[in-house]
Amino acid sequence: MDNESQYSGYSYKSSHSRSSRKHRRDRHRSKSRDSSSRGDKSVTIQAPGEPLLDAESTRGDDRDDNWGETTTVVTGTSEHSVSNEDLTRASKELEDSSPLECRRFAGPIVSGVLGLFALLTPLAFLLLPQLLWRDSLEPCGTPCEGLYVSLAFKLLVLLISSWALFLRPSRSTLPRFFVFRCLLMALVFLFVASYWLFYGVRVLEPRERDYRGIVGYAVSLVDALLFIQYLALVLLEVRHLRPAFCLKVVRTTDGASRFYNVGHLSIQRAAVWVLDHYYTDFPVYNPALLNLPKSILSKKMSGFKVYSLGEENSTNNSTGQSRAMIAAAARRRDNSHNEYYYEEAEMDRRVRKRKARLVVAVEEAFTHIKRLQDDEAAASPKHPREVMDPREAAQAIFAPMARAMQKYLRTTRQQPYHSMESIISHLQFCITHNMTPKAFLERYLTPGPTMQYQRENGRGRQWTLVSEEPVTAALRQGLVFSLRRLDFALVVTVTPLPFLNLGEEFIDPKSHKFVMRLQSETSV
Amino acid sequence: MSFIPGQPVTAVVQRIEILKLRDGDNLILGFSIGGGIDQDPSQNPFSEDKADKGIYVTRVSEGGPAEVAGLRVGDKIMQVNGWDMTMVTHDQARKRLTKKKEDVVRLLISRKSLEEVVRQSMMQR
Repeated sequence: MDNESQYSGYSYKSSHSRSSRKHRRDRHRSKSRDSSSRGDKSVTIQAPGEPLLDAESTRGDDRDDNWGETTTVVTGTSEHSVSNEDLTRASKELEDSSPLECRRFAGPIVSGVLGLFALLTPLAFLLLPQLLWRDSLEPCGTPCEGLYVSLAFKLLVLLISSWALFLRPSRSTLPRFFVFRCLLMALVFLFVASYWLFYGVRVLEPRERDYRGIVGYAVSLVDALLFIQYLALVLLEVRHLRPAFCLKVVRTTDGASRFYNVGHLSIQRAAVWVLDHYYTDFPVYNPALLNLPKSILSKKMSGFKVYSLGEENSTNNSTGQSRAMIAAAARRRDNSHNEYYYEEAEMDRRVRKRKARLVVAVEEAFTHIKRLQDDEAAASPKHPREVMDPREAAQAIFAPMARAMQKYLRTTRQQPYHSMESIISHLQFCITHNMTPKAFLERYLTPGPTMQYQRENGRGRQWTLVSEEPVTAALRQGLVFSLRRLDFALVVTVTPLPFLNLGEEFIDPKSHKFVMRLQSETSV
Repeated sequence: MSFIPGQPVTAVVQRIEILKLRDGDNLILGFSIGGGIDQDPSQNPFSEDKADKGIYVTRVSEGGPAEVAGLRVGDKIMQVNGWDMTMVTHDQARKRLTKKKEDVVRLLISRKSLEEVVRQSMMQR
């Protein structure tokens, strides 16, 4: 029985000897049919005579030979990459089908309503007395007209600047309220409400007759609104511009990292800022490029089997065993770095070979077509050439380079990102704009930023902000938060920018003087 | 051959007397000098202390009066006919060696090997 366990799947795991493994397993199973047989991936306990599990998992004598073929075993790279593709495709479809959230528009709508209310208030202040008690109002001459003009211009300035600064489609929904914006909206509301209150008490009730005073009151409201807008400008926009912190953004799956300088922001706004730059700076996340090939890592696993002789203290044994195995594996001379080096070199060579073939094929393909000049068509009627539009031209020259392109994409694991249709449309684009083959290939030779591969959709991307501090807290030194997606995350670390002590040194332009280094030798 | 600034220089020296050879109108001694307080001392291949701005013998011509008298390449010239050569410019050194009125120059030169010989002989005693 113990001899059998040595021949279980792990100790002979290699990509070539799967068939021999199957034979060994079959051989041993035929010996011990009435004992528990431990296979690689499935557990089948055959008690003598009595099937415990359902009919599919019991194997009779005559079906033992086919056991290996009907087991699902994770084999090598091909099935693995397919399953990854399926997963990413499924996740992308998942986020595409999420419904359009109304939450995205709630904030702008509220602030828009409030702003409109605030803008219309001065006009209401002016119009209400006119409508209600026009006859008893004192006539008001030139000073009132001056006030009217200034009121009109200030309202215009308020309107235009609000439109320019605040009425922009928001590009992100934040998990918590934006503190400063809420503060400002509350301030505006309070202001306008208190003005209305005073208006109601002092003007509407006693039917105030001094119209000039009312107009002055309205003008003061507009002034106050202008100052609040200035405050909003400073708090919401300007304070964030001067850089104060350095953010280090690292992607957890492949270690791609960037450094950014930001101003004083809250954590959630900093997260939005980082994501803006993530989409244009980071190379696209390619899950197929990540791991060391299994053939290198698996050799480390095939290690020692630890047998316990004697006592039965099972809990101690497992940790003791694993520690002993790790220590033994560490002490053993290990050449997997060698294999890794050669495998990397081989991979580089293969990529470069395919790239060279691709470049040559594309260059040659581009020589087959030529842009038709207007005068040529008229000047040479005796050589009628078939005139094509860009789409047809692209399809015509795609054929000779298709194979080289496909092989190159497959080697660099980029084939999920570029379908044949997308390649032909890119080719059409390049031909239309007179690009050279090198410009056409730029898209495929280097993995571009994630922005390049985005499809147009209005649903947006779902990111989760993970942080130990409340997300409306301001950035400070040593803060760490992460932005998580389904299959990877970005970890952001905050450090303050160093305080710069700049000194001054004045150099007189006349002080640049030089002498020769003398080394004379005189014979006497 | 170390020197402490401000103190008199102490060194083991050898006296060498060179008879100038008359060649037409010139009097030649048969060696070349390098160094001086206006020169760059760090390029001197013969000095131990690369800040030493003394006058060193850089070449000795074969069979010339200097070689006959016992001058060797790498010697540092301390005195010429009583004139000090440790703190002179290159041109002053040349002038002191090539005075037309003198037929004979008596040099005091110091050499690293001299010091070792003296030290060894003192130890043996």
